[in-house]
Amino acid sequence: MATRLIYFAWVRERIGKPQEDVELPAGIETVADLLRWLKSRGEEYDHALQYPDVIRVAINQEHVEHREKIAGAREIALFPPMTGG
Amino acid sequence: MPTAVVPTVRIQAEDFDVAAEIARMAQGRADIGAVVTFSGLCRDEAGRLAALELEHYPGMAEAEIGRIAAEAIERWPLQGLTAIHRHGRLVPGENIVLVVAASAHRQAAFEAANFLMDYLKSRAPFWKKEHHADGSEGGWVDAKEADDQAASRWKQAVPKRD
Repeated sequence: MATRLIYFAWVRERIGKPQEDVELPAGIETVADLLRWLKSRGEEYDHALQYPDVIRVAINQEHVEHREKIAGAREIALFPPMTGG
Repeated sequence: MPTAVVPTVRIQAEDFDVAAEIARMAQGRADIGAVVTFSGLCRDEAGRLAALELEHYPGMAEAEIGRIAAEAIERWPLQGLTAIHRHGRLVPGENIVLVVAASAHRQAAFEAANFLMDYLKSRAPFWKKEHHADGSEGGWVDAKEADDQAASRWKQAVPKRD
């Protein structure tokens, strides 16, 4: 099953696209696993995810921690700390 | 039990009218004793800034502000709660965000508006990019640690209902 990844702000700019659908390889269980795998996909991903700890993640439009399991996620968003208000 | 308050949450490109939002909340009722509003505006940073560009996560922005508003309604005895956040390109002097909180007594409205803004700053999926007055792209605004601390102080606060 394809998972939709969505990127915002400088994560989007560095990766070079607003979203993509990916087939997650076996063994990617948590958000932290996903970030590690994505980071290895190329220079632009490595640049965007250079410091994975600062990346905020939402699964199906709700904030989650990096230890959260991603099973069943339709939509996973990666973005920098928020600066609204 | 009083009827549950349903918050009004809007994410929009267009401007809002503070007086109209207060009137909408207070119209046709006589039980509201206090209305607190907070407006956040785009400032020019001493002439350095030409515009702010606000990116947001459509869908989640509404949902997350809705969740924060629902928590405020749980914690304080409110009679009305409105949160409006704009997106797109905004120039100095323009409105960015509005919170309107209404209650019988002022304390609940003050605290709820404050709480909503603190949480909105660190949890609502919006990102500001600066555009400089000299034409250069200023880059993304960094999140402030002070904003995270402002939000976390509400975790210790004991909910107060009077």
